[in-house]
Amino acid sequence: MKDYCLICHQEIKANFSWTTLFREEKAAKICGDCSDNFSPITGEICEICGRPFAFLEAEYKLEKRCNDCARWEEDEQWRGTLDQNRSLYRYTDFTKEVIAKFKFRGDYVLAEIFAEDVQLALQAFHYDYLVPIPLSGERLYERGFNQAEALIVTAGFEPTQLLSRVHSEKQSKKSRSERIHHPQVFEFTTDLQLNSKTILLVDDIYTTGSTLRQAAKILKRNGAAKVYSFTLAR
Amino acid sequence: MTKEETYLLPVDESSFTDRLSTDRSFPFHADMQKILFGKQLLLEELPFPLEEIRQHEQHGYLLFRKGIKRELLSCVRCGTTDASWFAEFPCARCGKVEFYCRKCLMMGRISECSQLVSWAGPDLNFRQIADPLQWSGKLSTGQQAASQQVAEAVENSAELLVWAVAGAGKTEVLFAGIAEALSTGKRICVATPRTDVVLELAPRLQKVFPDCKIAALYGGSEDRHEAAQLTIATTHQLLRFYRAFEVMIVDEVDAFPYSIDQTLQYAVEQARKPKSSLIYLTATPKKQWQQQCRLGKRAFITIPARYHRHPLPVPQFIWFGNWEKQLSKGKLPAISSKWAEARLAAGKQALIFAPKIAAMEKTLRILRRMDPSIESVHAEDPDRKAKVIKFRNKEIPILLTTTILERGVTIPNIDVAVIGAEDRIFTESALVQIAGRAGRSAEFPTGTVTFFHYGKTEAMLGARRQILMMNKEGRKKGLIDR
Repeated sequence: MKDYCLICHQEIKANFSWTTLFREEKAAKICGDCSDNFSPITGEICEICGRPFAFLEAEYKLEKRCNDCARWEEDEQWRGTLDQNRSLYRYTDFTKEVIAKFKFRGDYVLAEIFAEDVQLALQAFHYDYLVPIPLSGERLYERGFNQAEALIVTAGFEPTQLLSRVHSEKQSKKSRSERIHHPQVFEFTTDLQLNSKTILLVDDIYTTGSTLRQAAKILKRNGAAKVYSFTLAR
Repeated sequence: MTKEETYLLPVDESSFTDRLSTDRSFPFHADMQKILFGKQLLLEELPFPLEEIRQHEQHGYLLFRKGIKRELLSCVRCGTTDASWFAEFPCARCGKVEFYCRKCLMMGRISECSQLVSWAGPDLNFRQIADPLQWSGKLSTGQQAASQQVAEAVENSAELLVWAVAGAGKTEVLFAGIAEALSTGKRICVATPRTDVVLELAPRLQKVFPDCKIAALYGGSEDRHEAAQLTIATTHQLLRFYRAFEVMIVDEVDAFPYSIDQTLQYAVEQARKPKSSLIYLTATPKKQWQQQCRLGKRAFITIPARYHRHPLPVPQFIWFGNWEKQLSKGKLPAISSKWAEARLAAGKQALIFAPKIAAMEKTLRILRRMDPSIESVHAEDPDRKAKVIKFRNKEIPILLTTTILERGVTIPNIDVAVIGAEDRIFTESALVQIAGRAGRSAEFPTGTVTFFHYGKTEAMLGARRQILMMNKEGRKKGLIDR
């Protein structure tokens, strides 16, 4: 059967060479043109949130941290909540479009595009539980799946549900200050004992870092020693 | 029931129905009739509480159909059967791993537990508008004959192909048929592949049918829930209709690439009522249809001549060697550069079609040495609209383009050339459309059409044959003056 690019639906032409002849190549999920449109995060990054410094003016960073993280760390309430975030791609218009189609249009199969990269990225962390950021019941019904969970499962890992949403206002409709100051959005809903465990949270996008810190905070309050996070885009 | 509660209701497979018997004493919701009559919408697209929907369904006022058929994997909304368009996902609604259709995903994901909802209660009745047509224009002899046949097809719920050359004035040919439909309370849809055409056609038809409610539907349009008597829609939007129209008019059938063509056929069949008329408009029917016309297997009428009574310009074939090799050396075959020089010297505007963007850009660099105001345009060009306007305003002497300008664009006094006319992208119908760009206005009814090629193709010969045939027929019928 022919392979079609999951993004543009062009037929993917196999590149025959001596290497492909002797090595069993995995079927490509997207074509070369679409693949070139992603911008992987490389080079110097903020040691906490993983934001690339290459696109940041000097005035927006403080040594090894970006200003946003410096601000989080100045705040007594939030200091040390999230130990580290790492993301795969920059949140460019192209990436934004693909992620929107994946989660808002519900194109589940697009998770396969990222499976290999996600697998490698997750293997780089040491953790006890892999925890997807949960959706509210209403949002889950609307979309039919949780995009963070889809990323985990498609990459071949087992998710652990430790959290659920308290209420369901859309994050994207709120300002940064609203996101930072509004009350708890998650609750701890498991019998698992987290004593001194390390948690790796997974979400699709890191925007302000508020969602992940909210989740991290409640996990630490329930005994987690370290909370890391991984997102597709930053 | 609140929205919060609504989503918790399980998907109940036993509620699937396809009965059409209706309990007439049930006080149905008029808005639901308005929104769902002649439609097929996903449950989640409906602006009504689930409880109310369920009541209507129980009383036989709604028809529920499964969105995806599993036996022979296919999408009930868009008709796709090509396996490469389906994917699986673990659905949180029904708890099963199921297929969904990626082809029509942008209209809301449809999966195996999705249900398409249609109205099964009493029909929405449309007004019979007396004398709906307010138009004082006059049809040409060729238009007149076609117009009459369209009106007859509408009256008799028949099928008809209107084969009208580029520049024949096919929109006016529809007026009588639409008027006939409106005066008898029929519902009409004009479907076209392009949003541009919807936007251009809607005000034009509203002007001549001032008493009729018209809905213009395209991706992102506002009129989505309008139950208008006359609907102008992109073919994509047809996928939301089910047994809605007594008159279905499909414009530019030739404009569809094969893959979309199948979806279109499906959408048309779904959207029209079982008893309805079907009218196709085209300047260049596909081979199979031309053959059916010749064999008397398809009802058709031709408008072989333009309204200005001049013949169609016949393309001239000029062999210009291995032009791609020349281009890679930064040169254009001499005969084609001479062609361009002559247009520039005479101050005659020209449109040059190229098969690929890369070849077009190379040609542009060469031609710009003659005149730096020469421009190029392609589908993805952000300045596309501005450049076409500049060309129209004569600020650009020569415009290079990919096939995107092959139809629709009408500029009064131009010559047309194709470089690399042998390329696969230039199908017979594309070439006929391209040739149809020249000599459009009554003021400047002539213009030359030149196909520069590196080997004649069937498509080129077919295009020329079609044009010659139409001119011959036009002369025979007395529709061309000389």
